[in-house]
Amino acid sequence: MSTASDIATQAPSMPKEHYLNATRGFKSWALTVDHKRIGVMYLVSVLTFFLVGGLLALLVRLELLAPGGMFEQKTYNQLFTMHGVVMTFLFIIPSIPASLGNFFLPLQLGAKDVAFPKLNLFSFYIYVVGAIMAIVAMIVGAVDTGWTFYTPYSLTTDTAVVITVMAAFVLGFSSILTGLNFIVTIHKLRPPGMTWFRMPLFLWALYSTSVIQLLATPVLGITLLLLAAERLFGVGIFDPALGGDPVLFQHFFWFYSHPAVYIMIVPAFGVISELVATFSRREVFGYKFVALSSVAIAIIGFFVWGHHMFVSGQSEFAGMVFSFLTFFVAIPTAVKIFNWTATLYKGDIQLRTPMIFAMMFLIQFTIGGLTGLPLASLATNVSLHDTYYVVAHFHYVMMGGVAFAFVGGLYYWWPKITGRMFDEKVANIGAVLMFIGFNTTFFTQFLLGFKGMPRRYFDYDPEFAGLHAFSSVGSWILGLGFLVALINFVQSLRKGEIAPANPWGGTTLEWTTSSPPHPHNFVDTPTVSAGPYDREHAPAETGRAAA
Amino acid sequence: MNYINYLSIFFWVLITGLILYFAWRYRNGNKEVGPSHNTALEITWTVIPTILVISIFVWGFKTYMTLSRAPGDAMDVYVTGQKWSWSFEYPEHGVRTTNELVVPVNQPVRLVMQSSDVIHSMWLPAFRNKMDVLPGRTTTVWFEATEEGTFRFYCTEYCGDAHWNMKGDVKVVSAEAFHEWIEENSKEDTTTPLPELGAKLFQSKACFTCHTTDGTPSIGPTLKGVFGHTVELADGKTVEADEDYLRESILQPGAKIVKGFAPTMPSFQGQLSERELNGLIEYIKSLK
Amino acid sequence: MSQQVAVADKIVRHRVGHHWPNAELEFSGAKLGFWIFLCTEILMFGGLFVAYTYFRSLYPETFHEAHKTLSIPLGTLNTGVLILSSFTVVMAIRSAMVNQRKAMLGYLYATLFLAGAFMFVKLAFEWPHKFHMGTLPAAFYTYDGLSHVPKPHIFYGLYFVMTGLHGIHVLIGMGLITWLIIQGHKGVFYKGYFTPLEIVGLYWHFVDLVWIYLFPLFYLAG
Repeated sequence: MSTASDIATQAPSMPKEHYLNATRGFKSWALTVDHKRIGVMYLVSVLTFFLVGGLLALLVRLELLAPGGMFEQKTYNQLFTMHGVVMTFLFIIPSIPASLGNFFLPLQLGAKDVAFPKLNLFSFYIYVVGAIMAIVAMIVGAVDTGWTFYTPYSLTTDTAVVITVMAAFVLGFSSILTGLNFIVTIHKLRPPGMTWFRMPLFLWALYSTSVIQLLATPVLGITLLLLAAERLFGVGIFDPALGGDPVLFQHFFWFYSHPAVYIMIVPAFGVISELVATFSRREVFGYKFVALSSVAIAIIGFFVWGHHMFVSGQSEFAGMVFSFLTFFVAIPTAVKIFNWTATLYKGDIQLRTPMIFAMMFLIQFTIGGLTGLPLASLATNVSLHDTYYVVAHFHYVMMGGVAFAFVGGLYYWWPKITGRMFDEKVANIGAVLMFIGFNTTFFTQFLLGFKGMPRRYFDYDPEFAGLHAFSSVGSWILGLGFLVALINFVQSLRKGEIAPANPWGGTTLEWTTSSPPHPHNFVDTPTVSAGPYDREHAPAETGRAAA
Repeated sequence: MNYINYLSIFFWVLITGLILYFAWRYRNGNKEVGPSHNTALEITWTVIPTILVISIFVWGFKTYMTLSRAPGDAMDVYVTGQKWSWSFEYPEHGVRTTNELVVPVNQPVRLVMQSSDVIHSMWLPAFRNKMDVLPGRTTTVWFEATEEGTFRFYCTEYCGDAHWNMKGDVKVVSAEAFHEWIEENSKEDTTTPLPELGAKLFQSKACFTCHTTDGTPSIGPTLKGVFGHTVELADGKTVEADEDYLRESILQPGAKIVKGFAPTMPSFQGQLSERELNGLIEYIKSLK
Repeated sequence: MSQQVAVADKIVRHRVGHHWPNAELEFSGAKLGFWIFLCTEILMFGGLFVAYTYFRSLYPETFHEAHKTLSIPLGTLNTGVLILSSFTVVMAIRSAMVNQRKAMLGYLYATLFLAGAFMFVKLAFEWPHKFHMGTLPAAFYTYDGLSHVPKPHIFYGLYFVMTGLHGIHVLIGMGLITWLIIQGHKGVFYKGYFTPLEIVGLYWHFVDLVWIYLFPLFYLAG
């Protein structure tokens, strides 16, 4: 840290007026149209559901700790369904865009708010309604279809499938409205001098994400409506008994749900770009390549859904085309990894907590990406499909990738959101626990997949017992890591040091305003005259003196 | 496959190595300034992975074509997937088995599959092949065993409560042993005492997947002590569990559903001879 | 956040949201946002049209035979009603742009009436006839006049889902137009501010357009 800085030696103080204290009372939050408060409400919600989904995961791993049943088989099926639905629809899709995105998109852009603030609040409440519907339906209605709702199983099970898919439909609406808001904001509310190529990479990522949300979510919406209608009236299009085609459902479903993978991961790419730039004290290597690779992923991501269906009975020709195209999503992703690595080259690297998360992300996400290659390749996919290998692969991308980037981003922006610092030592202990726990849990599952363990199995043959036990123990370490982080955040709120405006030496616009920011973000509309990571024009670093 | 593995390990070690090295080499206080971009380098690391992934694709596609097309001399076995068991039928010999597939070594075998309810998937891990099993459509998967032994197969498309238990064994035997086995099984068993025959069928038809014999309810009601007792049905009526009721419940499981259970049992009409049916009834009667 | 201030001439002047630099940008932003929303609507109906195409190619003779049971006169009438309503909504916007509040309200009432007429034809004549005949989705299908073609219930399944979803859009549109009428009476719209009119107008054209596709696909194409 720059001990030489004069500002650093002065103890920072809270600004007189900021978004947290501007108005008070329950109504001032419940009816707020301030994107920052909406972002905080999303943050609290998604973290709550992350906790719920995580506890469900621990229960799933508990069942698998040893051969033999601990719960009923029905209960286990409900547990993994709830884990999947909660983590997918309630946590990971809204995680970064709706919380950090809502908070920082206008701040990084230099705008006073998103384009449609009331719509923003509306979409938050839609999310809340959808979440309540989903949770109630799954607890009361005991849904056991898995989060993929494959027909015809989802048509025959006597559980509350209709309400659950309607919940996902409602949640999709929230996702669409948020994406729409972000796109219009970026198009229309850029301040003077903020050209497209002066936007921070997090904004490029959010923009790409929003495009995917808008193009893919409606198809999921109609698919789920049709599934509900099929159950209620017997439309006949998904039910083979009525002359329908159950594989059509898979096509419709993955047309959304594969791009949805990029709805999850692309914002994480954005966060990592910010972290790597700030803590390497230099601009992101090949900025334009990184910015445009997000867009490329968004586009190519729409033409690869069939790689979830290589053994579904689709034609060999379709398999060939989807396999070929899938490999091309790997390219822009690989380019990003290379560019981030090159950003470290001759940087001035600060190993602060968020940077540690960024490095863990890079290491884990690279495994997640590379283990996708055997899945994209037809011959190997045939054997690995629907095994623990797939479970391990997507957890490396979603958990080891997105969730680690999310927590890293949260640590990075925590001082800006709350106006308080956190204990970096404790944070780093949590990070190490998470890293060890995560890799213990999920690397083991690659081996399970290779050995022949199918997924969604309540019980297993004795030969898998050792690896399963190892994986379950890993899940406890991982859980402990998150518990440490949670305690750290709570402690920071209670008695964290007052944060300066720019504790990390960030160069993007959110660091030019106070921590926490002014209710209208900036006292004067910012004017932009340089690229996002230009250190010459950057705001002064006001961090604490290095210990 | 090894090619992909080595490639993956190489790139992972490269990336991780560089990240850790740079983080150490340029840690806090480095004053050098790195380049902001390098077009030649960026094009290189776009083009090389592109070539590599195309090579993986070509290999994967070629191998896939051999995996999906069975050779002409393959032996066909008809497979029905149902919640939660697999039935096999050897068309030329009239032999049926449940959850057990006996095949001769060094003989390509093609499974002609369909489902009688939801989607299942036939996975033969030892033979690196897999195919979904769909209702209302026929799919095939083939393999050739090159050594004798017992190999697991699993259902890998989630299909409900006992999905995890929808598995069985491929028994690879010599050609002679296979023919002997076919001989033995194509004859009707007329010697085993009825309750014993029933007990064998209870295992081989995988009845145990859903029905226990120790008094605990599972996916279906337990069969312990059911005979001779009054059974409460889902529609509120009651029925005396006599031989006729047991027979009907095996052949038309949907006719009388026991209260508290879902109508998920498949029909065994046409899969059991009269003697086998009597055997099962006798076996159930013996469970007191 | 837009706030309104009443002025003497009963026009309520629009105030630009604090985060927008000016009214033009606010208007163009609202329009861009709504066009994006319409794209998502198109994609949603797109999924249904894909399903229609797929099953039509799977069971061509079913679709040919079943379409004969729909009433072309009623369908044509409804098509005319909707096209006319698209015209009245355009005229309502135009009237607002030249500050003719009475004309604007008149056209809005006309649009609401035409939308109501469309739903009336649908709910009072077309659907009851089908309920009576039993030409319904599979769970309620009882018609025996189409037993010579495979899976006739799929045609009606798709018919009810697609025209039903369209009908829901018409009802939402009627709600929005009612809201416009209430706001219009308050004097909110004038040449300086007619964004909601413009946006509901776009929505209404979209609803109209969906019907323009549904009508030939179900009623005419054999």
